[in-house]
Amino acid sequence: MTSSHQRTGTHFLLSERLVFEEGSAGRRGFDLPALDVPYQDISQLIESSLLRNEIAGMPELSEVDVVRHFTRLSTWNYHIDLGLYPLGSCTMKYNPKINERIARLEGFAAAHPYMPAELIQGALEVQKMLEVCLAEISGMDAVSLQPAAGAHGELTGILMIRAYQESQSNPRKKILIPDSAHGTNPASATISGYVVENIPSNKRGTVDLDYLRNVINEDVAAIMITNPNTLGIFEDQIAEITELLHSHGALVYMDGANLNAMLGITRPGDFGIDVLHINLHKTFTTPHGGGGPGSGPIAVKKILEPFMPYPTVARKADGTYFFDYERPQSIGKIKAYNGQFGMHVRALCYILANGPEGLKEVSEVAVLNANYIRAKLKEAYALPYDSPTLHEVVLSDRIQTRKGVHVGDIGKRLMDYGFHPPTVSFPLIVPGAVMIEPTETESKQELDAFIDAMLAIAKEADENPELVKTAPHTTRVGRIDEAAAARRPVLRWRPDVTPL
Amino acid sequence: MRYIPNSLVDRQSMLAEIGLDSIEQLFSGIPEKLGLRRLLNIPGALTEPELVDYFRQRAAQNAADCTSFLGAGVYRHYIPIIIDALISRSEFYTAYTPYQAEIAQGTLQAIFEFQTYITQLTGMEVSNASLYDGSTGLAEAVLMAHRINKKDRFLVAKTVHPEYRAVINTYTKNLGIHIELIDYTADGRIDLKKLASAIGTDAAAVVIQSPNFFGTIEKTHDISELAHKFGALSIVNISEAMSLGILKPPGEDTLETRMADIVAGEAQSLGVPMSFGGPHLGFLATRERFVRQMPGRLVGMGMDHSGRRGFVLTLSTREQHIRREKATSNICTNQSLCALMATIYLAIIGPKAFREICEQNILKTKYAVQQIQTQTKHRVLFPAPRFNEFVVELVDDYRPRVERLMKNNIVPGISLSRFYPELGNAILLCVTEITRKEQIDKLVEGLA
Repeated sequence: MTSSHQRTGTHFLLSERLVFEEGSAGRRGFDLPALDVPYQDISQLIESSLLRNEIAGMPELSEVDVVRHFTRLSTWNYHIDLGLYPLGSCTMKYNPKINERIARLEGFAAAHPYMPAELIQGALEVQKMLEVCLAEISGMDAVSLQPAAGAHGELTGILMIRAYQESQSNPRKKILIPDSAHGTNPASATISGYVVENIPSNKRGTVDLDYLRNVINEDVAAIMITNPNTLGIFEDQIAEITELLHSHGALVYMDGANLNAMLGITRPGDFGIDVLHINLHKTFTTPHGGGGPGSGPIAVKKILEPFMPYPTVARKADGTYFFDYERPQSIGKIKAYNGQFGMHVRALCYILANGPEGLKEVSEVAVLNANYIRAKLKEAYALPYDSPTLHEVVLSDRIQTRKGVHVGDIGKRLMDYGFHPPTVSFPLIVPGAVMIEPTETESKQELDAFIDAMLAIAKEADENPELVKTAPHTTRVGRIDEAAAARRPVLRWRPDVTPL
Repeated sequence: MRYIPNSLVDRQSMLAEIGLDSIEQLFSGIPEKLGLRRLLNIPGALTEPELVDYFRQRAAQNAADCTSFLGAGVYRHYIPIIIDALISRSEFYTAYTPYQAEIAQGTLQAIFEFQTYITQLTGMEVSNASLYDGSTGLAEAVLMAHRINKKDRFLVAKTVHPEYRAVINTYTKNLGIHIELIDYTADGRIDLKKLASAIGTDAAAVVIQSPNFFGTIEKTHDISELAHKFGALSIVNISEAMSLGILKPPGEDTLETRMADIVAGEAQSLGVPMSFGGPHLGFLATRERFVRQMPGRLVGMGMDHSGRRGFVLTLSTREQHIRREKATSNICTNQSLCALMATIYLAIIGPKAFREICEQNILKTKYAVQQIQTQTKHRVLFPAPRFNEFVVELVDDYRPRVERLMKNNIVPGISLSRFYPELGNAILLCVTEITRKEQIDKLVEGLA
């Protein structure tokens, strides 16, 4: 064993009812100042048919009730401040505390998006500065911060590709997508009005260039490619791929989910990418928040710049910033106002904290950590692709399935060892995939503890498979019967439903 | 780098354990010609004190302390302190999407509570776990209606937030969907006659907003009834979720034909900072029979093997990670943390203070309207009942008056000319529970 740091799986768990099952009549948690204008009965101002009855079932609670309730709920969550969160493709890294403090400065948090430009120069400068940094990091020419998340960035990018193709002649028909791609890629292409054609991976786990040569034609509007791909492998023929697409008038979209592998090492703009989205909530440490908010700026080459969503942040000759709405070729608005500004502040804070050397170090250590795990686990777990990998490694449950233990079981058993499971069953091209991305913010000790847990589970899977198949054993609830929950969905609490 | 635990010594020992000599060897999979042979040209690295200093200066350039009458989809309401205290717990804000239910029950139960609150406020039967914001939420509602009845013609009130309409256009223009705008009356509401003559059995849905962009309250139930007569769906957008504390919910009525089919909206008002336009909190609620056409995540109640109640993401066969190009939407994330803010907000204010806050919005707005009508030469447009916004047509040009007011640290409202050229010198103002009487008086003085 490599570690002296043994994790134990004890959890501190209080039970807690739903907020609707708490409180009692007459409790108050909030008082507002007395009305300072003349009182009038509301029904004299608004006809009573437009007014509501009491809100049935809305609980009455004191401040203490509310604080206890949500604090107790919080203790049931695994989170990055507790330990390694090895979700592949999700880049669960430490979220610096300073980001949170900065985003809450009143000048940012209380800023209204329709403030006149002269009263909001600081916010506009933050946005411009972030645009400039992201353009340099990605090697692109211009950036729009408007998309609200990665998938939203994909939609924006594909709509811009469509607008570009229309400006050339016609929108074309198809988007090519490798079979290892995230599910958002085909979904985004479809709602942009395109037909999706899947491209198989070759034996090395990369895009099959020969296959691509056979299917490329003038119907193809673009390819959506993830690089490094979801196996953690750098598409080493990327320059040839982008050249091939360009020679047929097609463009190249890059899913930037895995940017954490290449900061200051190589740049999408330098290997022929025309547009990519950048997940600020992955690479640039804006917190995941239990599923959002994210932020998915897009970075583009010059040819696509005219099609960016409006407004863009622009600068006058006197150095002041303003929102430029005069964008005649723009695809339009993709979201009201200009993006998830609170996330922009955090991301810029992170970039400035690192600087050029720091960002390079981020990628170097992220890749080192992933390869360390790979080296330590590739005997106990199957390694479906032998190609060099960067920031993540995809293993499989092939060895464990002989005893009936599947990838989901391995993930659940990890909870008993005090870890969040890796991404499981993705990418789809690897049966029983275990996709591990440690990120650079984990110490060798934390990695060793995780490796020890994985090795222990491999052993258990062989010697006592039932133990693994019935995991987790130490969490607040066991495995929820998902099939039953989906068959008769209960999606809200109601007063007439008996609590379980 | 302070966020990277492994020192150079650690790194060397790890390299040695995996049989490599240098970090560079880890990147052997990247063709050499693609390597960046210089450092990135970005500023930094800054120390923590330098960062604090840089951002404090930027924040100070934004006039946060002015008296603002800006609304138009983003509202200044009081945010109780406990919200930030609770959402600042790492357990909430540094957790991932709750795919692993056993160790994400906190997030899951909070979302389930959010969904329940949204159904209570809107009168609908089911709410999703939230969407990016109100504008994209409304665009998703349009796409959802398109999936439900496969019709292409959407009648959209011109009083729907203009930026929301712009987003709908962007989302739908490649999908064969046609948007027709329905004008408003001098009353400030959707023109029902024009709607009645435009609608037909080929209409997919009627899309309205209440309170609408001018702040006037629509008769949402009459409009739903009209839509249903022609087999169209009724989509109601609520950009000012605070209004749901006092206005009749679009999904509640004694007659099913008078209930909306989809209520989408923006709940930033419920405890979420304005934050220069985002992150905010989109929501989408509907009737049970349409649940499988909904976009976005859903949390359901379930049981584990020993009969303990628990919560889990459910009906995910609608979603992109399972269905890929056949998914109901490309959306992956929700606005979980913002949904948590709204959930805590609703828990802390409770039904009584909720109603009181709404009453103060209405009464202070009423006071401002009255003062402008009696103390100035400007005309208040649109007499229909309002919640917390109103439109004032200025007797002379907009800019000089605004500049004078701004010198006195007052931001009066947005000019409507960009969105509604026909309204000339009109501005849209918003008064909420935190606007003080003396601030209104100062505004009126400045406008007089």
